[in-house]
Amino acid sequence: MESILEVKNINKQYANHVALNNVSLSVAPQKIFGLLGPNGAGKTSLIRIINQITGPDSGQVFFNGEHLSPKHVDFIGYLPEERGLYKKMSVGEQVMYLAQLKGLKKADAKAKLNAWFKKFEIESWWDKKVEELSKGMQQKVQFIVTVLHEPKLLILDEPFSGFDPINAQLIKNEILELRDKGATIIFSTHNMGSVEELCDNIALINKAEKILDGSVKEIRQTYKSNTYNISFKGNLLGFTNALWAGAELLDKKSDDDVHTVTVKMLRQNKPNDLLQAVLANAEILSFNEIVPSMNDIFISVVENKSTLNTQSSYTE
Amino acid sequence: MNKLFLIIQREYFSRVKKKSFLIMTILGPLLMAGVMIVPVWLAMRDKTDHQILVLDHSGLFIDKFPDTKEIKFTYGAESLQSAKAKLKDGPFDLIMEIPMEVINESKATPFLYYKKQPGMSAEQYISNTMENILFDYRLQGDSIDISKLDKARRPVQILTMKVSEDGKDEKTNTGINMAIGFGCAIAIYMMIFLYGSQVMRGVIEEKTNRIVEVIVSSVKPFQLMLGKIIGVALVGLTQFILWVVLTIIISTSVNSILFKDQIADTQKQNAQIEKVMKNDITAGTDKMEKINSPNEVVDLFNNVKNINISKVLICFAFYFLFGYLLYAALFAAIGSAVDSEADTQQFILPVTIPLILSFIIAQSVATDPDSSMAQFFSIFPLTSPIVMMVRLPFDVPNWELALSMISLIVGFLFFTWVAGKIYRTGILMYGKKPSWKELGKWLFYKA
Repeated sequence: MESILEVKNINKQYANHVALNNVSLSVAPQKIFGLLGPNGAGKTSLIRIINQITGPDSGQVFFNGEHLSPKHVDFIGYLPEERGLYKKMSVGEQVMYLAQLKGLKKADAKAKLNAWFKKFEIESWWDKKVEELSKGMQQKVQFIVTVLHEPKLLILDEPFSGFDPINAQLIKNEILELRDKGATIIFSTHNMGSVEELCDNIALINKAEKILDGSVKEIRQTYKSNTYNISFKGNLLGFTNALWAGAELLDKKSDDDVHTVTVKMLRQNKPNDLLQAVLANAEILSFNEIVPSMNDIFISVVENKSTLNTQSSYTE
Repeated sequence: MNKLFLIIQREYFSRVKKKSFLIMTILGPLLMAGVMIVPVWLAMRDKTDHQILVLDHSGLFIDKFPDTKEIKFTYGAESLQSAKAKLKDGPFDLIMEIPMEVINESKATPFLYYKKQPGMSAEQYISNTMENILFDYRLQGDSIDISKLDKARRPVQILTMKVSEDGKDEKTNTGINMAIGFGCAIAIYMMIFLYGSQVMRGVIEEKTNRIVEVIVSSVKPFQLMLGKIIGVALVGLTQFILWVVLTIIISTSVNSILFKDQIADTQKQNAQIEKVMKNDITAGTDKMEKINSPNEVVDLFNNVKNINISKVLICFAFYFLFGYLLYAALFAAIGSAVDSEADTQQFILPVTIPLILSFIIAQSVATDPDSSMAQFFSIFPLTSPIVMMVRLPFDVPNWELALSMISLIVGFLFFTWVAGKIYRTGILMYGKKPSWKELGKWLFYKA
């Protein structure tokens, strides 16, 4: 697959520590790419290199197949995690300034801004000073400035922080709409729920190294451990006896005569084998496979590097 | 380039549009004009009218005090007691009793009685006049010819003449040279401090507002720094020019409108006094100075003409600009390294030391403008903007001036490069205050 952004063997070292150690990744066009990792893992360093705010010690970055160069700045939109605005400037002046810094012509910037302000119903803010706006309102303005010049690549670092659920949903929809219109989005966050919801692909960085990448669907499939949740009506004892040696009971919960159990299949046994064995003793209400959440995967991979080595070799 | 222009534009207009800029622009000249006008005004205001009754027991001073516009003398022979009664009800507000002994005994003093204390100038006038009268009286007593004495005591004034390349003599004046040099140096010093620290504050503001990362994703950090420095420089120039123009307008118009009468009066009065003194008792050396003064003023103007004004102006503009640019880059670097203005002290000190040192050196440079110390510090880029301006009116060899300018440009490029390196790392560092050692390391980070 052709990629819009290709990062190859990037190394970056600061005086006392290694920020990035031989990191490579590629971002497919028109997808939402999650860049994940604990605090201090090196995500911001990588994002700054992609934005040409700093340079790598070694390694290369390609944008649309070309070596990354200053001319690409206008095709990238960046919403940093540490973001703010000039407090004493009016909103209108400020967004015009930032839009022009991204290479938009004055008239063009004005027209686009008007459209966005109308869309978000914030036209009345134009003449206000930034310091009069609440934090959430400022975030909205910042989001507009980031996407205004219709960048091919959008880099959003914790875009939902500071938003209430309604506005977070609004921004979420905008992000999806931008992707559908052709933008590629790199999305850095600690909110694993939104990763599952939005991201097509992810890369996980820990301690300066990339330790996991791939599509969200595949990764979750890879990390599932062949366990199932079963609810049924009937005799619990009869059910457990029927499991024989082909499956292991991990957990059970009972509510009157409705029982919910978690079962791990052993060896190469299939769910159908299990079902056949227990059908005589139970009336099955639900049966579903447990797919680990990104949150679980994140924690297990970051905390336990040994399991991840075997797993990631498997995914690759 | 286009983006740099945008940054300069924002930096300039966001400052010029501020109320504080307007206030400072108006207040500055008012203060400066005030400094010039208030002393004159105070001196004039001091001259309240006095009616003095002189009780002269010696007889020497009767009818000898010349009346001025403010002070009128009346002579009486009554007793002090009855005179004091007049003081209470009127027309006199001062009574001066001159004892007989004043003529011969230096310890004997005249007494001045008052209802309301007279100002210094009135008292001064009376005692000066009395001194002169006594001086002449004693000389006459020793039969010394006053006119001969006047001739003997001529003030000596040295005219310094510079022999120029083409062999012509030019008049110079050390005092004026110093005044011009120091005036320019102070202007440069103020510019560097006022606007250098504005650059620093601007950088800190961008950092604490967290807008800097948004901006450096669009432009190079160095562009942002340069844009800020140039933008603030233009603000400084605008303000400086407005100050100069407004100061001139205010001080001249106020002087001519408000003090028109007084000035004319003072002149008339001075002439009157002179006439009185000439006719009466000549006033010794005092008179001599008065006669000399018009020539002195003409000489002063000649001297100003003789200093190469265009050269001084060009050099002033040059050192003003590059001195500011060099220091502004350093201030920007300081601003980038810290999170708040409170943390800047540690770094500001080493930057201000050369500036303050320049002024200390400038004192001795003015007295000996060609010493090797003066030569060195007028070429060293951190001190040259101030030291060279002080030296300049004393005619600096062209090669030294050229060397000084080149080294300032080189210094500017070097320090801007250093500052740029610190700046681009510093603006993205939050939290702990860096040490000098860390700043050093930043120089070698790859961009």
